[in-house]
Formats: sequence, structure tokens, C-alpha cells
Amino acid sequence: MLPFNVRHSLSKTAIITEDGTHLTYGDIGDFSELVQRVIQHRCLVFCLCQNTPGSVCGYFSFISNRVVPVMLDSAINTELLAGLLKLYKPKYIWLPDHRLNDFQHDKIVLTGYNYSLVKFDGNPDFPLHKDLALLLSTSGSTGSSKFVRISYENIEVNAASIARYLSIDENERPVTTLPMAYSYGLSVINSHLLKGATLLLTSKTLVEKDFWTFLETQKASSLAGVPYTYKILNKLQFFRMDLPSLKTLTQAGGRLNNELSSEMSSFCLRSGKQFFMMYGQTEATARMSYLPPRDSLTKPGSIGIAIPGGEFSLIDDNGKEIKEHDITGELVYRGKNVSMGYATCSDDLKKEDENQGTLLTGDLARRDSDNFYYLVGRKRRFIKIFGNRINLDETERLLENIIPDCACTGEDDHMIIYIPANTSIAEIQNYLTVKTGINPAAFSFRQCAEIPKNSAGKTIYSELDIS
Amino acid sequence: MTNIEKYKQVFITLFGVKEKELQKLNYQGVDAWDSVGHMGLIAGLEETFNIMIETDDIIGFNSYLKGYEILSKYVAF
Repeated sequence: MLPFNVRHSLSKTAIITEDGTHLTYGDIGDFSELVQRVIQHRCLVFCLCQNTPGSVCGYFSFISNRVVPVMLDSAINTELLAGLLKLYKPKYIWLPDHRLNDFQHDKIVLTGYNYSLVKFDGNPDFPLHKDLALLLSTSGSTGSSKFVRISYENIEVNAASIARYLSIDENERPVTTLPMAYSYGLSVINSHLLKGATLLLTSKTLVEKDFWTFLETQKASSLAGVPYTYKILNKLQFFRMDLPSLKTLTQAGGRLNNELSSEMSSFCLRSGKQFFMMYGQTEATARMSYLPPRDSLTKPGSIGIAIPGGEFSLIDDNGKEIKEHDITGELVYRGKNVSMGYATCSDDLKKEDENQGTLLTGDLARRDSDNFYYLVGRKRRFIKIFGNRINLDETERLLENIIPDCACTGEDDHMIIYIPANTSIAEIQNYLTVKTGINPAAFSFRQCAEIPKNSAGKTIYSELDIS
Repeated sequence: MTNIEKYKQVFITLFGVKEKELQKLNYQGVDAWDSVGHMGLIAGLEETFNIMIETDDIIGFNSYLKGYEILSKYVAF
């Protein structure tokens, strides 16, 4: 089963860019045939993503030809990329032309839409599980080499379910606001390609005039954002803008604060728009639940109900299902969008489906008497920064490459890092920014005489001076 | 500190750039000046000069020099 076996009219516009380029579904199909002629067998390809025609056409073609893309951001640090190339040994890399300099000694076998396909002749073929469609990074950051294994069925089922609850049809025109290699950003692309809609692709960001000009002139019908996106919209006085074409706003990638979510909800109800707060994880391809707009004001802070085709349950510490409402337990999701498992190297790509449709989310939740779910905490130590999941323990291990000891805590969009008094904040900040690609504004540093430890040498976070 | 010195200092502090790089500094010209950095810049300028920058000016502020021009509406340089 291939998700993009689309039967849309070939003359239907699939992509419009800010420089006025139009591509039809027929154009994408033609490109896919070119790719098929060049890559004649199932293999692994690194796909350096951005919101441009080259990136989308490449991705579409790989999936359609059963070539397995590893989705990476096109701005990925060169050193991180080199490490991943060694670990995963792809046969090809599909990248924007401006990054070709990194691969000058290798062979370019195809070009198109300002992208090039470079072949690594030296990398031998290795087995890929027949259901494996693509690999998505778990955090998009921290330089992790861990990826989620997504199947063809995962993509199709999740895209179809999202299209159903958001009522996506071929008339939709979403404008891109999220990185394509990020599961939420990709889900926007997948669910709209599936329905034959028109993607408005832009690399511009919300704080640029050109973005808003593009949105208005091309009559964008929806946009997607992480909590930080909504903070920006609020600062831009979005609630005073008159954007009649914009009918749907979606939010995921962490919890939006109550004040902003109720302001957004009221604004959308008032102005005839729909605001969907949603919850998901890359491990579930993208989406697991949504809060129907009509419930957004009466169920504040809720992640809503499971998406069509999915179901939630809660389990206690012994793994026993919690039937009562208002009792906290670990949130469990069942659905055909639950990924096959993780990969940490090329050898893992032959593995079977290890999850069998069930995902232990690691999130603690409760359910109210109307069966709406609310997140109340997390089992593991991670926070979300600008929509990306960042594991605090992994960040500590990363920093221990350059300093003897540290402790990371914090809340969403703000990590606090405790470091020994004699270490250089500037050096650590620079290292973190380069390694994670996250804006330095997300990190605060506290210097302390020593990091409190228990007798086993483990950090006692409760004794850190949280101020 | 004069207002122009204060203006420069906000960039230098937030984006870790040198004074001589400012004239040619554009949005996304350094890693730190992305959309997150932009919001920090706007907040920093609003606080420094005790002003409220309008939406059109926030999204038009795409370089050090353009910002100088925009801020001239709010601040006497």
C-alpha cells in the first residue's frame, strides 16, 4: 500500500511557491518517474528537507517508488550529517544545490527544482523491512541518531484520519510554517497531498512581511503552529488581523498556555474560524488526538479525544487499565499510525514491527467524565522546546563532552542548565546551539559550587536552587 | 549611553555579534537571529526604549539598518 497513489486530476495545482512557481500533480508524477529511472531498487536515501518544490517532489517520489527517505532538516550541521551518513550508509542523498559543496567528490545522478541527487557508490545495499516507508528523527535535535521507523500504512492511516477530522479536501491551501522534516510539519504535507489539495510552500517565517503577503495573496486557508508560533501570533496582534481566507488553525507540539488557548478559541469562534488543539508524537507518525473546536472553551487544557481510528486508555504503575475517571495514569494509544519502533543504525532497518499498534506515550494523563483526556505530567525527563522534544538526560550527556558535570531542568521553551562555577557559559551556550540548532534564548545558565548528588552519584534535582 | 549605542548593544548582547558586523547584519544572517531571536530582539528594544513596536514594524524589521530606520519613528537617535 502506497499512500500517494493519488488519482487527482493531473492538471490540479499541487504546489505554489512565493516566487510564483506552480506545480501540478502531473508535474510531481513526472518527476517521480524520473526518480524511478535513476533509482531502480529499494534503498535508503537521506532527504534534506525544506519547504520548497525540490524537497516535496523528492519526498513524494521516494515514497511512491518505495525508496526509503531519512528525513533531515536541510540546515543540519555538517558534522552531525557526517556522523549520520557513517551510521546509516544511505545509497543516495537528496539535497538543495547550495549544500552540494559538502559532497563535491561524489556523483550527481539527477537534478531538478534546485535539488540534486548524489550517489554514494561505496555504500553497499542492506536489507530494509518491506513495510518501512521512512525514518523521522525523534527530536529533530540534540544530534540524536535515533529515528522512528514509519510504515507506509502509518503514513496513509494517519494522513487520512487527520484529513477526516480537519475536513481537508482538494480546496484547502495550507501555508507552510513548520519544518518538513518535523513530524507535525510532514503531517500537514501528507494529509493535504493525500486529498489533492494545494500546498503553499514558503521558507519565510511568521516574522517576515513576505510571509504575510504570500498568505494573503495566495489566500491560505490554514496554518499550523507549535506553542511558540502562537506566542508570535499574539505579539503580532493576530487577533486584529483581517484574514478572511484563513479558516483553520491547528496547534500541536506541546501545550499552549491556558490564557493564549482561550484567547485563540474565542477569537476563532467569533471570526468564523476553527481552532484545533492537538496532541501527538513522532512515534505515532504525528497525530493521536484533537480537541474539537466546539469544546475548546468548555474543556480548557484538554488534549481532547483520540483521532478517528485511534483509541486511548490509561494504565497504572502495574500496567493495569484504569477504568475510573479523574485518576492519573500513563496514557496508552492504540491505532494503525503507531510506528514500527526505533532505529539507531542501518542494521535496525530490517527489524519487524515492535509496537504492534500500541504506544506507551510516557505522558501521564487523566480522563474526565465525558472521556476527554488531560495531560498532567511526564514519566521521563524531557521538555518541549519550540515544539521539539528535548530529553534532559541526553542533553546532560551531550554537555558532558565538554564539561565535567551539569544538571538540566526547566519547563517547555526554557531549559535551565546548572554548571560548575568555573566553567564558561559562553562556550557551553555556543556548543549547545551548534549541536542542537536551538536558539540560545531557550537556555538559561546557573553556576553553582557543586551539583547535589545522592550516595549513588545521581543528581538530586529537588536540591538544585530553582530560582 | 546614547540611544544609538543602546540600539547596538541590544544586537550585540542578543546575537553575540561584533560591532563592526552590525551594518551588514540581516534577519537570519546569524543563527541566533531566527524567528525566536527576532521576538527576543523586539522585546529587548521595547524594554530598552520603553516603546511598543507595531505589527507592520515587527515584520518589516529585517536588518540592522532597516531597524534603525523603523526605530527612528519611536526614538530620537
